[in-house]
Amino acid sequence: MTIDMTQFLQTFYEESFEGLDIMESELLNLDVGAADAETINTIFRAAHSIKGGSGTFGLSAVAEYTHVMETLLDEMRDGRRQVTQEGVDVLLRSVDVLRSMLTALRDGDELDGQGISDSQKELDTLLASGAGATIQETISETANQSDNDSVTEWQITFRPHKNMLKTGNDTVRMLRELCSLGDAKIQANLESLPLLTELDPEESHLGWIIDLSGEVTESQIKEIFEWVDDECDLKIVPLKPDSVEEVSIQDAPQPEVIDSQDRRTATDRRTGDRRKATTESASIRVSIDKVDELINTVGELVITQSMLGQFGEAEDFTPEHIEKLRDGLGQLERYTRELQESVMRIRMLPISFVFQRFPRLVHDLSGKLEKKIELRMSGEGTELDKTVMEKIGDPLVHLVRNSIDHGIEMPAMRAASGKSETGVVHLNAYHQGGNIVIEITDDGAGLNREKILNKAIKNGLVSANEQLTNEQIDDLVFSPGLSTADQVSDISGRGVGMDVVRKNIRSLGGTVEVKSSPGKGSTFSIRLPLTLAILDGQLVTVGKETYIVPLVSIVESIQVKQENVNRISGRGEVYKLRDDYIPIVRLYHLFGIKPRSEVLNNGLLVVVEAEGHKIALYVDDLQGQQQVVIKSLETNFKKVEGLSGATILGDGTVALILDISGLVTLTKTAGVPDLTVIDGGIVAA
Amino acid sequence: MAVKILAVDDSASMRQMVSFTLKGAGYDVEEAADGQQALTKAKSGKFNLVISDVNMPVMDGIALIKELRALADYKFTPILMLTTESTSDKKQEGKSAGATGWIVKPFNPDQLLATVKKVVG
Repeated sequence: MTIDMTQFLQTFYEESFEGLDIMESELLNLDVGAADAETINTIFRAAHSIKGGSGTFGLSAVAEYTHVMETLLDEMRDGRRQVTQEGVDVLLRSVDVLRSMLTALRDGDELDGQGISDSQKELDTLLASGAGATIQETISETANQSDNDSVTEWQITFRPHKNMLKTGNDTVRMLRELCSLGDAKIQANLESLPLLTELDPEESHLGWIIDLSGEVTESQIKEIFEWVDDECDLKIVPLKPDSVEEVSIQDAPQPEVIDSQDRRTATDRRTGDRRKATTESASIRVSIDKVDELINTVGELVITQSMLGQFGEAEDFTPEHIEKLRDGLGQLERYTRELQESVMRIRMLPISFVFQRFPRLVHDLSGKLEKKIELRMSGEGTELDKTVMEKIGDPLVHLVRNSIDHGIEMPAMRAASGKSETGVVHLNAYHQGGNIVIEITDDGAGLNREKILNKAIKNGLVSANEQLTNEQIDDLVFSPGLSTADQVSDISGRGVGMDVVRKNIRSLGGTVEVKSSPGKGSTFSIRLPLTLAILDGQLVTVGKETYIVPLVSIVESIQVKQENVNRISGRGEVYKLRDDYIPIVRLYHLFGIKPRSEVLNNGLLVVVEAEGHKIALYVDDLQGQQQVVIKSLETNFKKVEGLSGATILGDGTVALILDISGLVTLTKTAGVPDLTVIDGGIVAA
Repeated sequence: MAVKILAVDDSASMRQMVSFTLKGAGYDVEEAADGQQALTKAKSGKFNLVISDVNMPVMDGIALIKELRALADYKFTPILMLTTESTSDKKQEGKSAGATGWIVKPFNPDQLLATVKKVVG
């Protein structure tokens, strides 16, 4: 029977990456000197599982590498080895190496031979430095088997101890196996059989003498009795010895060793790979509670359905029925909504999945920068959609690095300004409305507004004589090309800037802002929608079509006052709203459909905002607000500029969802000048 | 009646592999992720063979074997441990807890089937 082992690899990789995360966080939890036995055991189990799995699924390099880790941890677990800071650091690094090995294997990339052999050496050195067994021991143990002393006839004397049956071993099985090896003559020895009245049927009382002839080796016979070695008296005597050969043990199987020479070519891509590993996994773990809830709701739905079904069968339909029908439909609506919520909750994971990587990050960074930092986390149980979670990891890492690198001061400087030497970085998450809010707070120096402003002026982001509020200055940190670090350090300020952070968060439909007070610290707040699959939408009509405007981007909806409409030559129309001039986008024109009216007074302007810019959408009318399920246009049709997706309305028609930031970009680049030509008269259609 | 086997391992991939292999050979397989789960399953239905990992959270393999042997239904049921060569002392511990035998990791499906055939026929 051949089985394709690769089918289990996906699961193996997933659980191994989980295992590595556990190892990492538990290693960080480990109290050097007074290590908790259960913590070490948890770390050991993770390493042990990875080793067992990798061996079974043919990833010998991983198995070999993990073996040393496992041995180290085993010694720590048994108290044969002290848990030292050095040991923890080496293990932490090996977790990284292992993660990159698994990532490379999963993605079919080359292994980083240099990194692996370096780390292996480090582990070996550590292993050799302490007490306890070494790997060599186990290798020789398995290799030490000679298998060729072939004899043609054996006499086996086998007497099980009384309690052998109690380990589930059965004499019949062993006799049957002996028979399969060759020609067996079996004789029972009834000597110690007690009287029937005294016989305990759960004990074994018989002995056996077996004459076995055939091409059988001693080790084949021994193997049959391997499990009961210490539960029986066993004698295996050759009757007619064949020419017994002296066999050398030299060609015993050697465990595969990673050849560092061969694999030295791969470059160190550890950090990049690691990030990939945390973002790509196709399956999802769901707690039983959520599934039960789902099943419960479905059960209720079935009951409601059968209740409603009765009306179809009723002979005559009385007004009484209408009342019940209405009740039933009400229930149906409620359970459908519950079902929708439960299904959405399946995709929801606690934010701790992202938070858990920060203890390590802070541990490493504080060591590197020689700063003292305490990481506090709260609201780890706050849930958000898996897709959102995967994409928020990197921006969060950037913000935390930023707080540590730029925010928290050096211990001496902190002490000088009367603060505790240890800086605090606080990660907090909570739900607010349909959003999740994630805050990164540090008690560092706060933003240096003077420096930011100077740099912004130098880069031409603002003009020198512009008067900006503190908030506006703080907000400049999200502008492209503005790194406030004096020197580009290793930690942050490398290519990816805060502008990318903001861009990524916006692409998720979220916002990021900063509040800072000099000398006291800064707080970055990220606000994200809980899910990307459902959206609160405002339905608007243009002609016969219905469009959906995401509720979050709507600033206000206004009736047009003629005197506020201005035309700017070559730039289309703008609407003066208080002190702002907002470009008007006529949706009917953009999508090439016939509106109810082209006269602005007859319709409405929906003012929307994206990427810091406002535009006013001209629509015929506003309809209701409702939650809509987003269907991708790209997968079902193709990408259309200005649209982010589609949905199906209650009456079965398809409504397109407007992509506000796309529309803003369209307005800024091309679209608008065209309008002036077509809409020659603004009021006269 | 098909032979019923309980496969216990905290690693999902190992469980899948064991279960897939055995099912392919016509056995009836149920899975459990730790000793506690296995014990609950074992109590609710009779299995002809239990294959269990040793290192598991909540309740490890050794404790599971002890618990099973204390049940009338599992007094003589074959129980196999999945061990690794580096934990040879665990074999002894498992034996004294009442394990029938062991399968050494890493193993391939053929080795697994051969061993299972030995104990359940």
